[in-house]
Order: sequence, then C-alpha cells, then structure tokens
Amino acid sequence: MDLSIYFNLPLWLRLAIQGAAVIAVLFPIAAACSMAERKISAWIQGRPGPNRTVPPFLAGIPIIVPILQNLGLFQLAADGGKFVFKEDPIPGHVNKLYFVLAPILSMIPALTTISVVPFGAYFDKAGELVPIILANVDVGLLAVFAVASLGVYAIILAGWASNSKYPFLGAVRASAQLISYELSMTLSVLPVFLWVNVPGGMGTLSLFDVVQSQSQPGLWGGMWYVFLMPVSAFVFLVALFAETNRLPFDMAECEADLVGGFHTEYGAFKWSLFFVAEYCHMIVGSAVFVLLFLGGWNPLPWIPLSMVSDWLSLGDNPVLLGALATVLFIGKVLFFIFFFMWVRWTLPRFRYDQVMKIGWQKLLPLSIGNLVFYAVVIALLERF
Amino acid sequence: MAPLLFYLLSALVLGTALLVVTSKNAVNSAMFFLISLLGTAGLFVLLDAFLLAAVLVLVYAGAVVALFLFIIMLLGMKGGERPPLSHFAVLASVVAAAILGVGVLSFVKHGQITASIADAAVPATGAVLKSYSAQLFTTYLLPVQVVGFLLLIAMLGVIVLSKRFEGMEESK
Amino acid sequence: MAIIPVDRRPLSFAERTYLPQIISGLSTTWKRLVAPKETLEYPEQRPEIPANYRGVPTLVKDPHGREKCVSCQLCEFVCPPKAIRITPGDIPADSENAHVEKAPKEFEIDMLRCIFCGLCQEVCPEEAIWLQKQYSMTGYTRAEMVNDKQRLYELGGTLPDDHFKWDRKKEAEEAAAQGGHH
Repeated sequence: MDLSIYFNLPLWLRLAIQGAAVIAVLFPIAAACSMAERKISAWIQGRPGPNRTVPPFLAGIPIIVPILQNLGLFQLAADGGKFVFKEDPIPGHVNKLYFVLAPILSMIPALTTISVVPFGAYFDKAGELVPIILANVDVGLLAVFAVASLGVYAIILAGWASNSKYPFLGAVRASAQLISYELSMTLSVLPVFLWVNVPGGMGTLSLFDVVQSQSQPGLWGGMWYVFLMPVSAFVFLVALFAETNRLPFDMAECEADLVGGFHTEYGAFKWSLFFVAEYCHMIVGSAVFVLLFLGGWNPLPWIPLSMVSDWLSLGDNPVLLGALATVLFIGKVLFFIFFFMWVRWTLPRFRYDQVMKIGWQKLLPLSIGNLVFYAVVIALLERF
Repeated sequence: MAPLLFYLLSALVLGTALLVVTSKNAVNSAMFFLISLLGTAGLFVLLDAFLLAAVLVLVYAGAVVALFLFIIMLLGMKGGERPPLSHFAVLASVVAAAILGVGVLSFVKHGQITASIADAAVPATGAVLKSYSAQLFTTYLLPVQVVGFLLLIAMLGVIVLSKRFEGMEESK
Repeated sequence: MAIIPVDRRPLSFAERTYLPQIISGLSTTWKRLVAPKETLEYPEQRPEIPANYRGVPTLVKDPHGREKCVSCQLCEFVCPPKAIRITPGDIPADSENAHVEKAPKEFEIDMLRCIFCGLCQEVCPEEAIWLQKQYSMTGYTRAEMVNDKQRLYELGGTLPDDHFKWDRKKEAEEAAAQGGHH
C-alpha cells in the first residue's frame, strides 16, 4: 500500500487529519453508547428496546436493514436529527453566557483527553513497536487526569447559570464528588508507575510504556496489572465510576431527588452535548483502565501483540497489525462500556453522605495503604 | 511560531489576570483566573515543561478554581455580584504586587540560575520526569520540605478553624 | 399483639464492602440479560383476549341475520357519558321482519365518549348490544371515531340466540288468530 502521498503532506495538515479521524471515530461511538444504554437497559429488564424505526426508503432491503433496525441504529439517527432541529429554549432566568458555554465546555475536555491515549501499536521498519497515538507525551496519564479534571467546570457552570434549585444542588454535589474521587484515582495508579519505572530506567508516565511493561516475556513480564495490583485496579475502577458520574455515583443527575440535576434546564442539542461528553469521558476512562490494568492491545495475558504478529506474520505489515491492535483495544474498551451500563442497571444509587463517606473514609485510606504496601514491596524486591 | 505563541499566551495570561481583579462578577473572576492558569500552563508547554503544565492544570485549574466556584456558589451571591474592593484591600494588593515585582526583578538581575545551568539543559530538566524529580530530591530538597511543612501547618490551621471542639471547651 | 423486638444483626465485613451483594446483583441482571424477552411485539403479535372481555360496544344480529336492536333507546338513556345516539325508524311492511316492532334508522356510538362501562349491554332487553373482544379503536379524525350502524354490525357479527323472541311472538299471534282464542 502506498502511503507516501499522505506522508508528504505538511505536518500540521497530517495532525489535523489524524485528530479529525480520531474524533470522527470517538464521537459516533459516544453517540452510539446512548443507544447501547437503552438497549442494554431494555434487555436487562426483559424488553427488546427500540427496534421499530426504519427509514421508508430502506425498509425493503433484506437481512442487513432488519438487523440494524433491531439494534435501534435508525432510532439513534432519528434522535440525533431531532436534537439538531428541535427548538432549543433558553429559560428567561438563566445567565445566558455561561448557560450556553457550559455544554461546549463539557465537550472540550472530553474530546481533548483522547489525544494522549494510545489505542494501538505496530512495528516500524526497524522492528520497534510504535504506538498509534495523537501526542505521545511523557506525562501521558497526568495529562489525561489534568484535562479530565476540567470537566467539572461544565457541570458547575451549568448548575450555576441555570439559576434554579435542582441544577444548583446537582452542580454542588457533582463538584464535591469529582474533587473527592480525583484523589483516590490519582493515588491508585501510583503503584503501577512505581512498578513500571524500574531503577535506571527512563522515568515515565506514558501510557504506552505501561502497556509495554505488560507485554514482556516471562511470568511477571506478561502479567497484566489487574492480577498484580487488584486493589489498585479496584480503587481506580470505583473512582472512575464516580468521576464519570455513572451509577451508583450519579449524584449530579439523581433523577429521583434532583429532577435532572445540573441539566434540568437544558434541552435539545445542548442536553445531548452533555451526554455525548459523559460517554466520551466513559470511553477515555475505560481506555485508560484497559491500558493500565488490562494490557492495552495485548489479546490475552502472557500473549502480547508481538507474539500474535509472529504467528500471523504481520510484523512487516504495519497497517494490518495496527488495525488488529486497534480493534483489540477498542473491543476491550467497548466491553468496559458494557460493564458500566451493566452496573448502572444493576445497582441503586448511593446516598450523598454514603458517597462522601466511601470517597474519603474508605477509598482514600485504601489507596494510600495500597501505595505504601507496594512501595515497601518494590523496595524490598529491589534490595534482594 | 514559538515567539508568537509566547506573546499571545503572555498577553492572554496578563489580560485575564487583570480582568480577575477588575471584573464585577465573582464567577467571571474565577473563570478569568481559570483561563489565566491555562495560559500559564501553555507557557510551561512552550518551555517543554510538560510535567509542570500538567500539574498546574490538574491542581490549580482542576481543583482550586473549582473550589473557588464552589465557595462563590455556597455563599449565595446574587448573580455572583461582589462588593467593590475596599481601600485597604487595594492598598494591600498594590504593596504585595510591588514586593513581588521587586522579588522577581532581583531574581532576574542577581539570581544564579543562569550561571549554573546551560541553556540547552534547561528544557531537559523540566521535560524529563526523572531529572526533574531527581532535582527535587537532591538540590531542592530543603525548599520542598519547607513548602511541605508550610502546607501541613496551613492544613492544621484549617482543621482548627473549621472543627468545633465542643467537649474541650466545656472542660475549660 | 406483643411487640417483637427484631434483632438487628450488625453487618459483616463482607457486607460492608458491598462487593458480594454487587456481584450477586450483577449475576442476576446478567441472567435477565440473556433470558428471552417478555415483550409482546404488539401489532404483529396480539394478546390473548379472554372470552368475557368487555371491549368496544357492538350491535349483533341473531342467527337468522335479523338485527336484534329494536331502537327502544334504553341504552341511549342509560349511557353515562351520552355516547349513544339512536334515530328510531320503522320497518317496512313488506319486510320479512315486519312483525318486529321497530328498528334503528341510525345507531351511532361515539368512541371518544364511551367509557366501556357496559351499562348498555346490561340494560338492553333484546340482548342486541354487546361489549366484545375488540379493544383498539384508532382513527385520524373525530368523525372516524364515531361508529355508525353499519360499522357496529361489522364489529358485532352474529351471536347465537335461542330465544327468537319476535318469531315466537309472531307464531303465538298467528296461532291465536287461527284458534280465535287468546
């Protein structure tokens, strides 16, 4: 395959194309997640879910169209179209600037964080594994945390600008919750990086290097960190649920006691932006979890991608190998999206005081203890 | 490209910093502060100090300004309007700014940082995590410890101020 | 009734972590997820209607094909939401049903008003109006939702009837006329 035309383009144009391509994949997946949520909730409740909508001009085509129809994909398109063309009311009592700004602000961190997340790898001509990533920066994970932490402004501003009780309460709860769980989340990943950064090594926070350290040969080298550090993985997962405002931690929305939470006053396209942003956060969060604890694009523990490429002799075909790695990775991420939804339709919501108690009195001590434990263990392993 | 970005970001940082002080609305102030911090993070990125940029965004932009907004909201300011600055506050901030300016100026004129580190090594120290943390744990160990101690005292102060020691007051 | 103090057992450590409950809950929802769906795909599949179902009121004919309604207007009178409107009419003398007293010229049931109470069926002396299995009435206009006489008979059809009240009355009258004695 001749890719020289592409590589002769100026760098900024290539970066723009890559960025647009990633968003062009991420955004539809995030939108499709809303349909997946409806279908999974339906299946768990013994219903088929939305399966009726079909455009009349496609209705006659056999096999493929009925399958799409049953999966509700046309319903998704219809909903999207509705959101675009629906009247978008702005209530009279709101602060207009921040009311309009909030949904836009929610999209920015959601779409920015993906730029430092690698989603695949291939072997270059020199036989080295190269990540498929928009910006392979050294501070990878820290950048994800930093940008993702800006997501709280969308919720605060939406709640404040709405200038009414329930959105305000939702915003206050959400911001308190997001700040509380950020601590446990950050502390829970430190053991992983203590383990990755062996003495004498480069010293890195890059997510690509974490995956690399899970794809080495041998019993310890090929082990995914979810087996090596189950407590870290657990704390990270719980904090991830809280950070993405998913049940059982969806204090920000809380239909039962807050009407709709921070987005009570929103409708039409602005509302849908909030939701696409929430799903983007879920996707990026799941991607980070998969990279840190589930071996990234390695198909199975102890079977890294390089082994698969040897079996299929794909080592000299970067496009196919990259596609395979990306598919493996996206598959794992989608499983996690499913897991998020599965949990949502299983568990009731925690009370607000329980959320705070779990965050500060259970999760934070647990993650600190976990960090100290691994620090001591790693120090002892180095000594002997 | 880089000098242009530097001037743009500097103008952004300074302009929004000024707006933080002058704007009538507390929420606007907080948002300008946020933009100012993000601009500062951008300046750090221009210096290849990715770690500092990420930490600045994570701690200040992600948590501190969020807490500011949180407090503004909890204080229940009507529409975020804040009272005008008192003369004392204006005087105090002018004096503080002057002291800061003198400090920065004296650092630029008489600081020893230019002498000890070559220009080429400056980005590497900030960009590579390992050398950065090595510096923190060797050369700058004392300042780090002092700052940590200061934060500990501040934290204790907050606990003392916010917690009501009911049983203890009765026993006195 | 004695007061029974319920012993509140403190939660065990496993229970306080929520994890065993969460896992058992997840397994329950997983079972539901893969179980067959319980939804009836409505327009294609229809629910089983019990024999005594009281759906849309209809007019019925007897096994000889005679319309049973004699337009006595009792149902019109009893109908709580005033959904029934009957225009009484005579039966032409040359009809084979001429011995029946009367027949409705027009019979309209406004299904926008009907409350499916069944009083019309209960009050009918002729057993001519029946609430049957039809449960879904739809239309694009208000006029479409008014069932006229023809539609009511279409919906109603024929019900078995072993009384043949009017035929027997006619027979009895003819017998009396021949015997001269009544």
